[in-house]
Parts: sequence; structure tokens; C-alpha cells
Amino acid sequence: MSVLEIRDLHVSVGGDSPTHPDAKEILRGVDLTVRSGETHAIMGPNGSGKSTLAYSIAGHPKYTITGGTVTLDGEDVLEMSVDERARAGLFLAMQYPVEVPGVSVSNFLRTAATAIKGEAPKLRTWVKDVKTEMSGLEMDPAFAERNVNEGFSGGEKKRHEILQMRLLKPRIAILDETDSGLDVDALRIVSEGVNRSRAEGDIGVLLITHYTRILRYIKPDFVHVFVNGKVVEEGGPELAEKLENEGYAAYVKGSGETAA
Amino acid sequence: MTDQNTGTTDLTTQPATLASELFAPGVGAQAGPPTTPASDTGTAGDVQPGAHSHGGPTPTGSPAERFTSTDPDAFGVPTGREESWRFTPMKRIRSLLDGADSDAHLTWTTDLPEGVELTSVDAGDPLLKGLPEPVDRLAALTRQRAGGAAVVRVAKEAQLDRPVSLGLAGTGSDDVVWSQLVVEVGAFAKATVVLDHTGLAKYSGGVTVLVGDGAQVTLVSVQDWAPGAVHGGQYDAVVGRDATYRQVVVTLGGDLVRVVSNVQYAGPGGSAELFGVYFSDETQHQEHRLWVDHAVPNCTSNVLYKGALQGEGARTVWIGDVRIRPAATGTETYELNRNLVLTDGARADSVPNLEIETGEIVGAGHASATGRFDDEQLFYLCSRGIDAETARRLVVRGFFADVVQHIGINALQDRLMASIDARLGALPALDEQPVEVA
Repeated sequence: MSVLEIRDLHVSVGGDSPTHPDAKEILRGVDLTVRSGETHAIMGPNGSGKSTLAYSIAGHPKYTITGGTVTLDGEDVLEMSVDERARAGLFLAMQYPVEVPGVSVSNFLRTAATAIKGEAPKLRTWVKDVKTEMSGLEMDPAFAERNVNEGFSGGEKKRHEILQMRLLKPRIAILDETDSGLDVDALRIVSEGVNRSRAEGDIGVLLITHYTRILRYIKPDFVHVFVNGKVVEEGGPELAEKLENEGYAAYVKGSGETAA
Repeated sequence: MTDQNTGTTDLTTQPATLASELFAPGVGAQAGPPTTPASDTGTAGDVQPGAHSHGGPTPTGSPAERFTSTDPDAFGVPTGREESWRFTPMKRIRSLLDGADSDAHLTWTTDLPEGVELTSVDAGDPLLKGLPEPVDRLAALTRQRAGGAAVVRVAKEAQLDRPVSLGLAGTGSDDVVWSQLVVEVGAFAKATVVLDHTGLAKYSGGVTVLVGDGAQVTLVSVQDWAPGAVHGGQYDAVVGRDATYRQVVVTLGGDLVRVVSNVQYAGPGGSAELFGVYFSDETQHQEHRLWVDHAVPNCTSNVLYKGALQGEGARTVWIGDVRIRPAATGTETYELNRNLVLTDGARADSVPNLEIETGEIVGAGHASATGRFDDEQLFYLCSRGIDAETARRLVVRGFFADVVQHIGINALQDRLMASIDARLGALPALDEQPVEVA
């Protein structure tokens, strides 16, 4: 049983270089609690700070925490390095996964699993696990010999992210717009991967999305509407339906921003 | 050189101001007696129309026509101001340039598959008369003092069952070892030749590869010298009609390594792939100069060199000259150099030059990038629990593996990657078991 607690989180970017002299506040007091076994959807318009929330929790150096706390089971996440956060049980499926030339997927996965588990996984069971998960995500076995994200299609990148989530078995997984750019088949395959994790274990999922489409496949327990750097409304799955029908216009207007 | 560069990129050569300084009288660490600039010493601004260079406002001065000669004195004694020597630390290469004639040799350990003959010819042999000529004084001295050549002959149509392996080990002698090797591969033969340089030596070696029509030849030259070794060498390839030549240069060891690789085509339809990997630690100078001369139609060339620099004073130089002459219609060429600067205080120079004298080509291009570690790659790997140091090693290893895999000899590839790993520190838990998911 794990709990990720975000309290009054304030985050800004810039202000640390001549090209970006002025820091810009993006998160303005985020409160959110994600427990094992729960799936939370964070929905919001472009530019509302959803991805900043994801990257800040993961520890991307581009973002500066200016206030608030993030804890995982009481441990201060903000004090941890990026890799320590992952080893503590946090996982971020990225919207734009990075290419790593010359590093094969199989080598990368095994190195990551070794780091997370603290010892190299037994080769025989590991190979079997990787095969099983790849087949579950309908990935060709040859995929394992390709270089990480190099020349991957959008769908392949997202499957690869979910493959990592399946193998690394995090306690809390943050999925940053995993649905964006996917066709219906890929969306179904990726969603089924997430649902397997939810069914098997007590993983907590924070699903960040712009669209309601993925929520037809992954049923959230809680929906948070995210506008202008904070959560402006919370509810159950019915809130997603409301957003599907009405969009974000009411919230954007309410926050004092002009609707795009 | 007084250049200090702790920055990340040095895509071009020195800017115009520095170039003029270099050519000013009395300037330079090696201010010696005045010399007549050798014919290959293009001064800045001496580039022919049509030259395409990224040398900034001042062209880098690679000459359209190269001066070659078998007579060392035709070149004069380099001062370090000449185009072809200006990146080289002259103090450190003097031990070769000033080296006396000697009988010193490297210790040879050979593995010759069936169909291969290792012989020698003396200085007057007609074979040597027909070789491409030396392009600088050191190469000319080498040709002269080697006094003949060792010759590896692969019979025509031979299909070797394993690579020809020449282990060339330095004995620690203070005398310069002068050596000339000719690799002659008959028509339609298929051969891989590995030159594996180890030990401590002052070594100046010429290597000429004559690739017969339709032959497929891979030459691998590994510079895995002991610290303190100095190695200068001119590698020439003459690629026959419809032949394929692949060269892999791997420079890891030694104090100073300066390898000049030239390719010319004896007939149409030839293909040359030039791969290189280098890894310079503090105090090492590694210089690779390439010259691909497209003078006949329908040939291709592809150059890929990758290097990493680590430590104060680590220094690499890559010069990639490609010329497409008017007759070389249908040419396709691409060259790429990438340098990864791992620490402050290292300097990589990268100078691609492309001269195109006919529009009737398939394609021509080049790219050069010198930079630091990619922070986004680091973040991605670390976000999967991999610590920053391991992530860094993983990325550098991948950077090199991309080229090393072109060698095609598993045992050698493994050895070289192990050698690179050792430089980077062992990757924990990865070398314990092979990683296969097939």
C-alpha cells in the first residue's frame, strides 16, 4: 500500500539563464493524493501545466520547485535524485520519449530492471518476462534489438513506455498523454497493458490526458480538472463525461484566461 | 598551440584572426628556421571555386590538388604552420620526423588463412613504384627508410575463411620503426585484414591496400598502443572497378597517433566505407585525416568517425576532405563526424571539406557535431532508476557500438568494447551475463 501526496506544489521554469531571465510560475498550488489501487485522471487544456506536474514529480532539472511538498509513503520525493525517485517506486511514461542511439532496448530494459531491483534479474525468467510483456503489447520480438526509441513510430514509443512500466512494476505510475498520437488499435493495446497492471497489483495510476478518449479504455476512479496550474474541480468518472460534452471552456473562462 | 578550449563545440577550424596569427612570421611554438611552404600547404583563402566548407568566413584551405612525392626533401621540414601539420603537436611528433634510419622492427604475430601469402619486396621492386605517393614529409621518410615493403597477397577469387591477422607489437625501442606494408587483393577475392598495434614504439608505417576489380576488402587498424607510443601513418586505398573497400580505424592507445587515410578509385563502380572510432584521454593527441578523391564515375564513399574525449588536455582532430572531380559523375558521398566531450579541458577539432566540380552526382553531404552529453538522454535513463554514472557510460558505450559493429569480427568487437568499457569504468551487472532476448 503506497500513497503519493502532493501538497500545495508550486513550480516555475526559467529565471536561471540569460536567455530566460524571468522565471515563470506554471504550477500554482497543486494538491493531489494518489493511493495504490486508485486511478486518477488529470484532464486539462493545453498549457495548463499537466506535463509540468508529471516532470516535476519525476525530477526533471528544467523545473524549479518553489513551494510545497511531494511525498511517497512519507518520504520526501523532492529531496531525491531522478534515479532515486524511480527506485522508490515512481514511474513516468513520457509523452515524448528520448532516443538513445547505440543502446538496445533489451540492454536498456535489463539495466533499468537491475537498477530498480538492486540486482540483475535471473536471465531465464527475465527473457521470458520480456517476451510475455512484448507479446501482450503486440510488439515484434525484433524490437528488443533496436536502439532505444530510435526510429520508433509514435505508437511504438508509447508501447515501449508501457512495456517498461510492466517490467519495472512501479508503485505509482504517471502516464503523461500516453494516448496522444495513437490510432484506435494502439490506444486499445496500450490501455490493456495499463489495465493488466491495475488488475494484477496495487499500482496507483495518474493518467494525464487532454482527451476523454482513453477513459473509455481505462476507467478512472477520480477525475481532476486542471487549469492554469492547479486543480479546479474534482469528481468521479461522471466528470469526464461532462468534459466530453462541454469541453474546458467554462473552466478556462473561470480562471481568467482567454480560451484558445 | 596555445589554444585553450573548455567549450563544447569547435565545429570549424580557427577563425580568420587566429589563422592569420598562425601564418604570421615568427609565430608558433615551433618557430624554427624559415621554410618554403610545401606545395600542399594551402594558406587560408586558397580554396578553389566550388569548395564547400564550414570553416567560417575563412575557408579551411584544403588544396584542390595535393602535392605528393617520394622525396622527403620535396616537402621541407614541417614547422607546424602548414595546413597539414597545424593541428599536430610538433614537439611530440619530432621524435618521428627527426628520427634516424634504423633497423628497429615491431614484433609480428601473424595468422594467415589459406589463400594468403606474406612476402617482402625490396626497395627497387616495381610494385612500390606504382603505389600512391606520400602526401607529407613523414610519409615520404617512411617510404624511403622502410627500404622495401612487406606484402600480403590474397589470390584472385580467394574467399578467406577467417581474417588475416597481423599483430604488430612495439618492443619499447627508442629507435623509430619505419615500415611499409602493401596489401594486394586479387580480383573478386574477399578478405579482411586486421592490423593490431600494441606495445610501446615510435612507429611510422605506411599501408597501401590495392583492391582488385570486384574484390571486397575490409582493413581494420587498431591502435591499442601502450602509453607513450607515437604513431604516424599514411593509409592509401586504390579501389578497383566495382570493388568494395571498407576501412575501420580504431584509436584508443598511445600518446600521439596521426593517421592519414586516402582513397582513390581505379575504375567506376567502386565503393569505400571509412569508419573510425577514437577515445582520447588526458595527454593523448589523436588525429585522423581523410581524403577521398572521386575522379571516376559512379563511385560511392561513406565516412563515419566518432570520438570521445575525457580529461584535461585530451585532444582530437578529424579532417575529412572529399573531392568530386568533373569526371566523377554519378558520385554518392556522405561523411559524418561526431565528437562527445565528456569533461572540461578537452578539445575536438572537426573539419569536413567537400569540393564538388560536377553537378551530375547522386548526392553529396557531410555533417559534423561536437557536443556534450545530452541531458534529455540522461534524464530518460535516470527516470528508469539507472544512476547518472551508469547512464553516462551506457550512452557513451552506445555511441561507440554504433561504429564498432561495422568491423564484423565478434571477438575483436568484444575486445574493443571491453577496452572502451574499461576506460569508462565497468558497467555493473551487465558484463556478468550476455543479454539476449531473441
